[in-house]
Amino acid sequence: MLQSKNSMNFTANTQMKTSPFFERTSKLNTSQEWKRWGGYLSATKYDLNHDNEYFAIRTKAGLLDISPLYKYRIAGKDSSLFLNRLVTRDIKICKIGQVMYSTWCDENGKVIDDGTIQRLGENDFRLTSAEPNLSWLELNSYGMDVNIYDESNKIAALALQGPKSRDIINSISSKSINSLKFFEIMNTKLNDINVSISRTGYTGDLGYEIWIKPDDSIKVWDMLIKFGKNYGITPVGLDALDISRIEASLILLDVDYISSRTALIEDRKSSPFELGLGWTVKLNDESFVGSEALRLEKKNPSEWRFVGIEILWDNLEKLFKNVGLPPDLPYGAWRDSVPLYYRKNQVGYASSGCWSPILKKYIALAHVNSKYAGLDTVLDFEIKVEHFRHLTPAKIVKTPFYNPNRKMSCPK
Amino acid sequence: MSKIDKYDVIIIGGGHNGLTAAAYLSKAGKKVLVLERRHVLGGAAVTEEVFPGFKFSVCSYVVSLLKANVIRELMLPRFGLEILPLESTFTPLDNDYLFRTSDYDQTYKEIYRHSQKDAENYMRFGPLMGQVGMAVRPILETIAPNAIRPSFKDLMSLKSLFNHVKGLNKETFEYLCKLMTMSSADFLDEWFEFEPLKSTMAASGIIGTFMGPRSPGSAYVMLHHYMGDIDGSFRAWGFQRGGTGELSMTIARSAMHFGTKILTEAAVNKVIVKNGSAIGVALENGDEYKSDIVISGLDPKLTFLKMLDESDLPEDFVNDIKKFRIRGSSGKVNLALDGLPNFTSLPGNGPHLRGAISISPSYDHLEKAYDDAKYGNFSKEPYMDIILPSVIDPEMAPPGKHVMSCFVQYAPYNINGGWDDTKREAFGDAVVNTLARFAPNIKDLILHRQVLTPMDLEKTFGLTEGNIFHGELTLQQLFSFRPAVKWADYTTPIKNYFQCGSGTHPGGGVTGSPGEMAAKKILKIW
Repeated sequence: MLQSKNSMNFTANTQMKTSPFFERTSKLNTSQEWKRWGGYLSATKYDLNHDNEYFAIRTKAGLLDISPLYKYRIAGKDSSLFLNRLVTRDIKICKIGQVMYSTWCDENGKVIDDGTIQRLGENDFRLTSAEPNLSWLELNSYGMDVNIYDESNKIAALALQGPKSRDIINSISSKSINSLKFFEIMNTKLNDINVSISRTGYTGDLGYEIWIKPDDSIKVWDMLIKFGKNYGITPVGLDALDISRIEASLILLDVDYISSRTALIEDRKSSPFELGLGWTVKLNDESFVGSEALRLEKKNPSEWRFVGIEILWDNLEKLFKNVGLPPDLPYGAWRDSVPLYYRKNQVGYASSGCWSPILKKYIALAHVNSKYAGLDTVLDFEIKVEHFRHLTPAKIVKTPFYNPNRKMSCPK
Repeated sequence: MSKIDKYDVIIIGGGHNGLTAAAYLSKAGKKVLVLERRHVLGGAAVTEEVFPGFKFSVCSYVVSLLKANVIRELMLPRFGLEILPLESTFTPLDNDYLFRTSDYDQTYKEIYRHSQKDAENYMRFGPLMGQVGMAVRPILETIAPNAIRPSFKDLMSLKSLFNHVKGLNKETFEYLCKLMTMSSADFLDEWFEFEPLKSTMAASGIIGTFMGPRSPGSAYVMLHHYMGDIDGSFRAWGFQRGGTGELSMTIARSAMHFGTKILTEAAVNKVIVKNGSAIGVALENGDEYKSDIVISGLDPKLTFLKMLDESDLPEDFVNDIKKFRIRGSSGKVNLALDGLPNFTSLPGNGPHLRGAISISPSYDHLEKAYDDAKYGNFSKEPYMDIILPSVIDPEMAPPGKHVMSCFVQYAPYNINGGWDDTKREAFGDAVVNTLARFAPNIKDLILHRQVLTPMDLEKTFGLTEGNIFHGELTLQQLFSFRPAVKWADYTTPIKNYFQCGSGTHPGGGVTGSPGEMAAKKILKIW
């Protein structure tokens, strides 16, 4: 007998870290496909394919374990001053209960990482990041009255993303979250369990992230699943998230850019301007790490831009038709480097892309030489059809590709 | 008092094909007016809140055949097109079940459980149907030529189709011929042995048609349903978020974006014909609208026999339209439920409730259901194609409640003694009882029930005899014969009067294709 009769007995050892939710997620993961995220086992998808999970994010509510995020608590008299000198945005204007997205750079203005900063009190912040940043934070806090604490293992987190996420949280929260605006955070109780809820996420949809003490994590998971059932709550994995974040044009470290601290050569580094994140750079009188370099770059713009492209369908369809096939696109999101040409000269590359099930478009995020990065410019995208390389037109379009009103609106 | 306005084009009927034609014509700069009899747009593709809090895709309930180029050219995603996948088919049996999903391994394993041989053949069958679908696609996308007195253009398109067919490989050609002529049961018998698998697949060959799975010609209807195309891949079914009516609304929004004017509760009574040429329409309320061109999105019977006077039309043509077969064979039962049905063979909630649920346990089940209809009764144990839209789209019902859409066959239009309230309820009971055989808790869950007989489909939605395809999809009513020979290219014997409904090539389903091709034809000759 090759097949075990009772697959529920499936157990395996792992040397990876497991999140406090693993007790639940490991049993729900019918595909048993996992990716590594920050040293943790993180579900790729729970189903055998990601479609249902993707559409849960867009029409119901997807529940994603985001505990692997790195989280740093920054407190002390100088915390605001410290963060303002660390990140590219102006943290002084961040109100208590507000969250800001920002990048932080090295002294040459090249991006190290990006993440969110929650202002929990006058002198109390939480910074989340994709990669470990403790030593960088400590290095930059020298001489300041600030206490930096790595709470990565001390705070579990869930993202609840999708149009029904608000209804689900309201059904169990001691306070209504109706007035919680985009990029705000509040404390509440979910059936007597203290949590913080921020209106943030990585999907470009209406959504929240819930910050939980590890001991309470399973209780919160079970409660969300129970009360979310009537709203179609669905555990989602990283495959569905990847499509959503590309539609929302949100960048991913190590996919769309490389941290300046790990880049082997200068050319691999990117400034915020080159990543389409110029809006996070506040060049006022005060200085922050990299501000001098960024000020200079603003005067003499870099030659790279980060754009959204749409691979035009009719030409693509023809390429497939020529070999007798209907268009055959990658099923999930891809993250290879794909060359982009302008009249036979390579002028850039796409770094991640996918077929957008909701837009019915083949889209990608791309780095393009600024001369060719204007809206509506048509470039040539390299594609393989039946093992042979072809060029097919792709147009530079506005981002985010998908941006529903509900993402930022509040109920009246 | 009569109102007079002048348009380039007036379209009778705000069904999805009428709206599609409107959008294309407006996009080309024409001044277009759409006149819809009801208060809602969409024709048979409507969403209505039939019971408070419960929304139903009242008639047409799935999307797959909507053409990808129509989606792109009319920019439908921008106007709200969101198609959620329905990727599985669950066939409950008395002591077991058959559950097919989009996952290759899972489906192989599941069919293998019933028949080793079928599991293997099933994996070959899909690609083959894909090949045949690709072979048929160019025929569907060609404006049907006049086969009796072909123009030069007709000859050219016939020649290119002939070359296309000549170029098909032997296997594809063989299967194409078989699919055009055989019954779906005979065709599937050549492939499979596990009957519930065969009967469930054969079921798509009887939908909307007055035939049983053993009737020759049913294999073509099966193929018609195989040509679904979402995201470029064949055979994928989906559900429009907000119901099928929302799909019509996305087309309407696109049309309005391009400048179409749409009036609802504007029932057209007659097309105004002057010297053999259409010059406008007269509404039931007496209003008149003038236009250079009038297009009917209605079925052929209404387009010609209701909207025109017989005396305006050639006699042989009137005879052809009268002979056009449009027998309704299906009904629709929409249920508002207090919870989810619990199937005895696969209890509880699960992925099997996210796709289609097919009540088709055997050929005999389907064929007996057809027998009832043949002799003028509704099926006592009908075939059903069921979906639970609220499982995929929670907006369709209040939290925790559900809506269930049951497409039911057979319910003949010409039932013995005629349809009345008692028969309608008896038909509804037959549906619920058949369901209860597989999911006994269904009876306790029903909060509200809407039963639509072919008579209701005719009365409410203007589908003559309740036929969901505007005319049966049988060989003698396809391509150059749809709806009548010489008039299969969207033109009519009346100058400046055109047709764009499902009663024209390539036929029924939410494809947008007749609307698109009619508009393109009109723009070519204008």
